[in-house]
Amino acid sequence: MAFEGLSDRLQETIKKIRGKGKVSEADVKQMTREVRLALLEADVNFKVVKDFINRVKERAIGQEVLKSLTPGQQVIKIVQDELAGLMGGEQSKIQFSPKPPTVIMLVGLQGAGKTTTTGKLANYIRKANNKNPLLVAADVYRPAAIKQLQTLGGQLSMPVFTMGDKESPVTIAKEAIKKAKEDHHDIVFIDTAGRLHVDDTLMEELEEIKAVTDPNEIFLVVDAMTGQDAVNVAESFNERLNITGAILTKLDGDTRGGAALSVKAVTGTPIKFVGMGEKLDALEPFHPERMASRILGMGDVLSLIEKAQANVDAEKAKEMEKKLRTMSFTFDDFLEQIGQVRNMGPLEDLLAMMPGAGKLKGLKDAKIDDKKIGQIEAIIRSMTPLEKSDPDIISASRKKRIALGSGTTIQDVNRLLKQFKDMKKMMKQFMGNTKGKKRKNPFNLPFM
Amino acid sequence: MNFFKKIKNKITGQTESVTEKFKGGLTKTRQSFASKVNNLVKRYRKVDEEFFEELEEVMISSDVGVNTVLELIDQLKDEARTRNIKETEELKDVIVEVLSGMLTKKDEENELTFNPNGMTIFLVVGVNGVGKTTTIGKLAHKLKQEGKTVMLAAGDTFRAGAIDQLEVWGERSGVNVIKHQEGSDPAAVVYDALVAAKSRKVDVLICDTAGRLQNKVNLMNELEKVKRVIAREYPGAPHEVLLVLDATTGQNALSQAKQFSQATGVTGIVLTKLDGTAKGGIVLAIRHELDIPVKLIGLGEGINDLQTFDSDQFVYGLFSDLFSEETESDDHE
Repeated sequence: MAFEGLSDRLQETIKKIRGKGKVSEADVKQMTREVRLALLEADVNFKVVKDFINRVKERAIGQEVLKSLTPGQQVIKIVQDELAGLMGGEQSKIQFSPKPPTVIMLVGLQGAGKTTTTGKLANYIRKANNKNPLLVAADVYRPAAIKQLQTLGGQLSMPVFTMGDKESPVTIAKEAIKKAKEDHHDIVFIDTAGRLHVDDTLMEELEEIKAVTDPNEIFLVVDAMTGQDAVNVAESFNERLNITGAILTKLDGDTRGGAALSVKAVTGTPIKFVGMGEKLDALEPFHPERMASRILGMGDVLSLIEKAQANVDAEKAKEMEKKLRTMSFTFDDFLEQIGQVRNMGPLEDLLAMMPGAGKLKGLKDAKIDDKKIGQIEAIIRSMTPLEKSDPDIISASRKKRIALGSGTTIQDVNRLLKQFKDMKKMMKQFMGNTKGKKRKNPFNLPFM
Repeated sequence: MNFFKKIKNKITGQTESVTEKFKGGLTKTRQSFASKVNNLVKRYRKVDEEFFEELEEVMISSDVGVNTVLELIDQLKDEARTRNIKETEELKDVIVEVLSGMLTKKDEENELTFNPNGMTIFLVVGVNGVGKTTTIGKLAHKLKQEGKTVMLAAGDTFRAGAIDQLEVWGERSGVNVIKHQEGSDPAAVVYDALVAAKSRKVDVLICDTAGRLQNKVNLMNELEKVKRVIAREYPGAPHEVLLVLDATTGQNALSQAKQFSQATGVTGIVLTKLDGTAKGGIVLAIRHELDIPVKLIGLGEGINDLQTFDSDQFVYGLFSDLFSEETESDDHE
């Protein structure tokens, strides 16, 4: 990816000041410069970046560094806090009308993904809030837009209100509300046509739709890949319509999604949902902290932790920790760990979420082979219980047997044994250090 | 004669309507970019570090991208030094020259490549929502106007309503559309279209594809397959693989260009939606960092608003406000 250079540079700077007890003004300046570049490269609007950097500088300069944290971490923490704070706070809740139907209007530029999002959102709210939605096809301009919504409605078994493309969208919206009341739909989703924010006539049309339907929510649908212009778009739509929130689409791509920050900064309204795929259930609530990490290119640490928490048994983890400490970690434990990691999903996904994974040469593009892991499992399973708990006894003839049993070669067995030994050695160092006075960062994660 | 006037003279010979289209479509871009630069020039007068820093921001705000901007600024600093330029007013022309130089650094053509002996096949690719189907509709119309027979292949079998959308465009410009059911194999649609196009002896076959994010490996493989089918059935084809990019896209456009190129060997870029306030600065970054020329740009929603990209026109459209006063006073002399 194009951004890795910046991510690397940022990590480089952090490394330089890692050992210091106090962050000097020059250090902060150097770091904020890198953060500034990272944000700009992530498409955060330059004005937003400027304000942001000033705030970070203020907070960071002269800050006493907490004992448990290294200075670099401290600055990054400030950056991340500020970013998350700027983007978040509010939950992805929908304002429901006390008197049904609740009306939700979706607006945005062409190609942002309004129609698809309309379907996804209706599906999400139907499930989460047990509602009975009516979809309204008010895009009379783009060829086949109505058909598109009808198809989605069909897939979701949801009724779609349409009057063809000859009526004005204002009339359609008005009639749709009537229809919703008649048919006892308690929520209405109005899919409007994509339009440029500088197109006066079409923007007026939206104002009229708003006037006749009195929507509870007006969501601006924004393509996560939008560049600097996101600010102008959000500003114009907000000025005209007072939007109540934004939905970020196509976030399953490899964009950094700096537009999220820009939109939030200029409109002050929360980002409520994110589109994560082409399927109709691929809509998720917005997580500010995750977005902050993503924009900075720090990896989605939180998602990783969440995944790990969901899959690793806390009791087992404690036991494992104890074993690590007493150095009684055996091949059996190793096997168990592999199993747990596997439960978390494909290794590549996990790796992508790890901060600094891009920095490890080779790992960056490595397609981690799940087959390799299978091979390791096979080798371990071909060992006797005694061999598993005391690998030192594995002699040449035992290796031969293990290789034969697991369908691998002696070289493979040797490699695994060596890796296991190295791993234990590493753990020993780690444990030794935590006991000692000087606690150096054992994992050598780049942002520490 | 300064550089900007040279460009102006160069395009004076061209049809007025084309120039007007470019100027019109780029109004928003020009206003924000040119007025910002003008403002800067007025405020600083002397060329110094701070001036360059602010200029850097102006360019970044146009989505040119940090790497490209840093290089542009370095170039400008060099030029200012060697030409001994102290006044910011004088530097304006150098800015135009450097930017233009980056856009036209290679001698390749912006014209679409046609097969001189036989049918021409275009494959149109891109991420979701950039305007592939609309572009194809407009392109079909443009080619039809030029007297060519055109056929369209409805290769977007995934998105709901995509086939209908292409059919509407087909009706509008009076060209045939070959389609299958929604959800069918796009490669099969394209294959059928190839057979039909060959037997009906059309001049140009344009193949639509479903939008896909460039990091979806399976979908990119599917695209590779479509291209393979075309190449197998018609050696030498596709004659153009056009990547459609949304001008409002930020730095991700570079990743799109890179990865679509890897999968399908993109030969040209279509930049759409330039009539908003988007600056299309990404054109510079793509020119600078990748080897792909921009071939077409979409300057409006009308069926006639797809134009062949012309870097001189583009630069002129971008900067005409920057120099309007000067040029006028020069004319009086």
